[in-house]
Amino acid sequence: MKSRVPSLILSRLLIALVTLTIVSFAVFFATTLLPGDTATILLGQAATPEAIAGLRTAMHLDEPALLRFVYWIAGLFQGDLGTSYANHVPVATLISGRLANTLKLAGLTTLVSVPLALTLGITAAMWRRTLYDRIVTVATIGIISVPEFVVATLAVLVFAVYLKWLPALSFTYQVDSFAGLLRAYAMPVVTLTFVVSAQMIRMSRAAVIETLNTPYVEMALLKGASRPRLVLRHALPNALSPIANAVALSLSYLLGGVIIVETIFNYPGIAKLMVDAVSTRDLPLIQSCAMIFCFGYLLLITAADIVAILSNPRLR
Amino acid sequence: MKTHSSIGTFAAWSGYRINPVGLVSVSVVLFWALVALFAPHITPHSVGEMIDADYFGPMRPGLWLGSDYLGRDMLSRLILGARYTVGISLAAVFIACFTGVVLGMTSAVLRGPVDMVVSRLLDALNSIPSKLFGLMVVAAVGSSIPVLILTLSIIYVPGAYRFSRALAVNIDTMDFIMVARIRGEKLPYLIASEILPNIIGPVLADLGLRFVFIVLLLSGLSFLGLGVQPPYADWGALVRENIGGLPFAAPAVIVPSLAIATLTISVNLLIDNLPQKIRDRSAS
Amino acid sequence: MTNLVEIRGLTVEATTDSGRWIQILKGIDLDIAAGETVAFIGESGSGKTTAAMTLLGYARPGCRISGGTVRVDGRDMASLSEKERAALRGTTVAYVPQSAAAAFNPAATIMDQVIEVTRIHRLMPPDEARRRAVALFHALSLPDPDGIGDRYPHQVSGGQLQRLAAAMALIGDPKVVIFDEPTTALDVTTQVEVLRAFKAVTAKRRIACVYVSHDLAVVAQIADRIMVLRNGAVQETGSVDDILTRPTHPYTKELLHAFHPDTGGRSAPPVGDAAPLLEIKTLSAGYGPPQPNGQPLVLAVQGVSLQVKRGTNLGIIGESGCGKSTLARAIAGILPACKGDIQFDGRELWHSAGQRSREQLRDLQIVFQHADTALNPAKSIEDILGRPLTFYHGLRGKARDARVDALLDMVHLPRALRHRRPAELSGGQKQRVNFARALAAEPKLILCDEITSALDTVVAAAIIDLLKELQRELGLSYIFISHDLSVIEAICDEIIVMYRGQTVETIIPSARQQPQHPYSQLLFSSVPKLDPTWLDTLNSDADRMRVA
Repeated sequence: MKSRVPSLILSRLLIALVTLTIVSFAVFFATTLLPGDTATILLGQAATPEAIAGLRTAMHLDEPALLRFVYWIAGLFQGDLGTSYANHVPVATLISGRLANTLKLAGLTTLVSVPLALTLGITAAMWRRTLYDRIVTVATIGIISVPEFVVATLAVLVFAVYLKWLPALSFTYQVDSFAGLLRAYAMPVVTLTFVVSAQMIRMSRAAVIETLNTPYVEMALLKGASRPRLVLRHALPNALSPIANAVALSLSYLLGGVIIVETIFNYPGIAKLMVDAVSTRDLPLIQSCAMIFCFGYLLLITAADIVAILSNPRLR
Repeated sequence: MKTHSSIGTFAAWSGYRINPVGLVSVSVVLFWALVALFAPHITPHSVGEMIDADYFGPMRPGLWLGSDYLGRDMLSRLILGARYTVGISLAAVFIACFTGVVLGMTSAVLRGPVDMVVSRLLDALNSIPSKLFGLMVVAAVGSSIPVLILTLSIIYVPGAYRFSRALAVNIDTMDFIMVARIRGEKLPYLIASEILPNIIGPVLADLGLRFVFIVLLLSGLSFLGLGVQPPYADWGALVRENIGGLPFAAPAVIVPSLAIATLTISVNLLIDNLPQKIRDRSAS
Repeated sequence: MTNLVEIRGLTVEATTDSGRWIQILKGIDLDIAAGETVAFIGESGSGKTTAAMTLLGYARPGCRISGGTVRVDGRDMASLSEKERAALRGTTVAYVPQSAAAAFNPAATIMDQVIEVTRIHRLMPPDEARRRAVALFHALSLPDPDGIGDRYPHQVSGGQLQRLAAAMALIGDPKVVIFDEPTTALDVTTQVEVLRAFKAVTAKRRIACVYVSHDLAVVAQIADRIMVLRNGAVQETGSVDDILTRPTHPYTKELLHAFHPDTGGRSAPPVGDAAPLLEIKTLSAGYGPPQPNGQPLVLAVQGVSLQVKRGTNLGIIGESGCGKSTLARAIAGILPACKGDIQFDGRELWHSAGQRSREQLRDLQIVFQHADTALNPAKSIEDILGRPLTFYHGLRGKARDARVDALLDMVHLPRALRHRRPAELSGGQKQRVNFARALAAEPKLILCDEITSALDTVVAAAIIDLLKELQRELGLSYIFISHDLSVIEAICDEIIVMYRGQTVETIIPSARQQPQHPYSQLLFSSVPKLDPTWLDTLNSDADRMRVA
């Protein structure tokens, strides 16, 4: 039998590409076709009309929007992200260091939250309707229902104000020792872990429970299988693709969470950079940051789709 | 068994059963709805008036929730904040769900190219993280209440669309839809009369869920200073204003956080514990 | 010698929405000796599966064994701890599910699942278990017995999966095996092979069997004794011969009567060569994107021609996948045909329903198999029947109400049902409403797509009687699509046999015409008969008639 897997994966990648094109289109036009003349903003009100006209030509501002979109995309591919309006520095320079910081934060959170959340989610499903399951469920609903900044606020109150374990609102650059690193990243990572894990626990629990209700699990029960065997041998392999989906979707919450967490903890990441850019209306910077975020998001959901295809036994 | 408590009598009287968690969450949601509705009439002090010499004052008689960073009455500001948080979110969720559900059912019934184009476009819109979308719009056109409502609704149209389309596609495979189609029925009848009555329950639950998302996003944007602008303040903006009180655990920063939490948690719990119709054939 | 299974005063309760417990099995007593096969027979909801599962000490979620004892091999399954029960499941008592396709884990190979019992209970080393499994595959006459275990469940056909499920049950050498409607989901020609395999294997090992079924004829082939259940209570228990020839309980008599549907009761079809009501010429239809030659990717119906005369009925019979439902959908215009002509009432019909006129749509109605999905659960019966009245005939208000009442009368339903929702009706009532909706249009021809297949035998027989009665009164014509020969023979003037998208033969039952084509012969001979010796004498014949 010929495998349909490669063609399915290819079509997912194509869909992602189409989506990325539509998104970049949206990002570009949302930020470009706005009131205010870019050249005037760049040079200030005092600039001579000639200077403004010269800059307009240099920036292709007189050309049709569609053509400018093409220039912009072409620039993106060559690593030219444009020049910041605010401080006239290439956007790429502004972003590079910040992006690394954000990735560090996201990576740490992932390392902590994925094993934690999957363990909690799967065990809660395994001991469904016990006290343990109830506590996990109520806690996750609580965390999901609350904005990230409230989670952060509470975390600060508990860990910094009352327990005095960790610094509150300042991000220290002294990460020379392991303890220093831990203290520097602890609050943001803890907050993000809460936000991301809650989703993941909920979805992985639901996925396992759904497969536990299938006839083949009942069949295994009637063969005399024990509860752990039912969950680990029969339910889990079939819940793999929804769980992968849950992980990817929850990690995409990182992107939203990171915006709040970087702001509240004053963390020098790309999200903080973007929030600052919004207050100065620094369009090239906003566009680039937005593209990075959308790209990250798409990457995650496409990865989830592909894992789902690969883990479907019917496609083997 | 719970059937013999006072809840049992409610069940017998209405034909619906609600559990205690559902009852508490209904009460909290109703409470905030009433506060939002009558806000201007129940504030003890004027929202802008600085009545406390101290800022970040503690809770005490007369200033039941303490004072904020300018020495204003926190209780009054919280009550009026409810109006913005609840009002803006409600308006946005209705626009989002109405648009999303109508589009979703239409796509499911028409299938083919219409479905493909609408789905692809809304999927693309959906792959812009919601906070990011909010940031971009605010960066572009600035923040005002109508802009906020519209932005929040646009952000949540794709979700409502996907949800209702998935439901409607399931219904659309049923034979009774086929019967209606080959009777010669047209699109408006199919979606309004055949599909909608079958998905209205889940759609309303989804509306509640989306309301929570919108409250969260609105608060988040306000917290970043991009949502409701001074002199008005919703709960998210109240937290932002008073974040300076965090290191000394001032009520001014804790209370609005708790207000958001009680509202969203209650709506979520209410959806999970909706009153259930008792379908007990042998009982009747 | 004591019996292998002894059930005494067994009751099972189920919980309702409001948390009350109601009895669904009301005190059952039964003995089964080693090597004996007892059939549990009854309609859906009679409690036959629930009763069988108690032998495993199992009640489905929401149910519980509330009283009595179920002694299997000397141990009471009802009072054992969960751990003790688990130790007996698969080794002493084993289960063969109704839908093997759903009972196999899609993520594991068949072999792994077949020998899982030996792993769970540490019965033997895996290599030995595999050898035993292959031997069982041979005994159950599965194709490719050495290689089939390496496949995944979705790569194997339904009939084979059902036999593999039996292998899975037998690997632990159980003393009792429960077969839960194991052939209900299969085609009749496949059913014969599966039944024969089950019978051979269980007889050879002297295994006691509980065989749950709604089909008396199937049960007659395989059981020693029959227990008839209804509403959770035993109506009658006796040997196969007693039940079939000397039934005492009225319900058993009703079941037997429904097995011999009345072929009479219809006025003779008008003779003469009046123009046919429906005439189809070389119709082809299929699924998938159009190919360069203008045909769809998969052709489910190929060049079918047929005629329906006014006032007569045409039956279309065939097994799943033969294209009979596709043909119905093509005639109704749901799936536009890619080739051929449809002449209806003297006029050419468009292939797609969307292009047909309102009158043409009204004159040709279709009734679907599952009333559950054919009736909108959110609407009242009144609205369901009223809509075609308003839509086609412009009836409103009082006139419409009166007509709805008249329709309910026609299908013998009480008028009080008009305010109910479909979920509050029984299966047979729903199917009557489903049919009344087609009548509301006042059609000339009604396409009935398997409309009795989802119903219990007794209920189905009543529906057929109703159809005949309405035909006498209204002068309708039916096209009757079914896989069930007895239903078709009861109502049709002409039968078309379909196989792989084509018509292989046309048979006129009133002329006592016997099937000529090898496939029709196979199909007709595979329909189980009430005669208990039918399966055993069939063997050689069926093999001879087998077509490629």
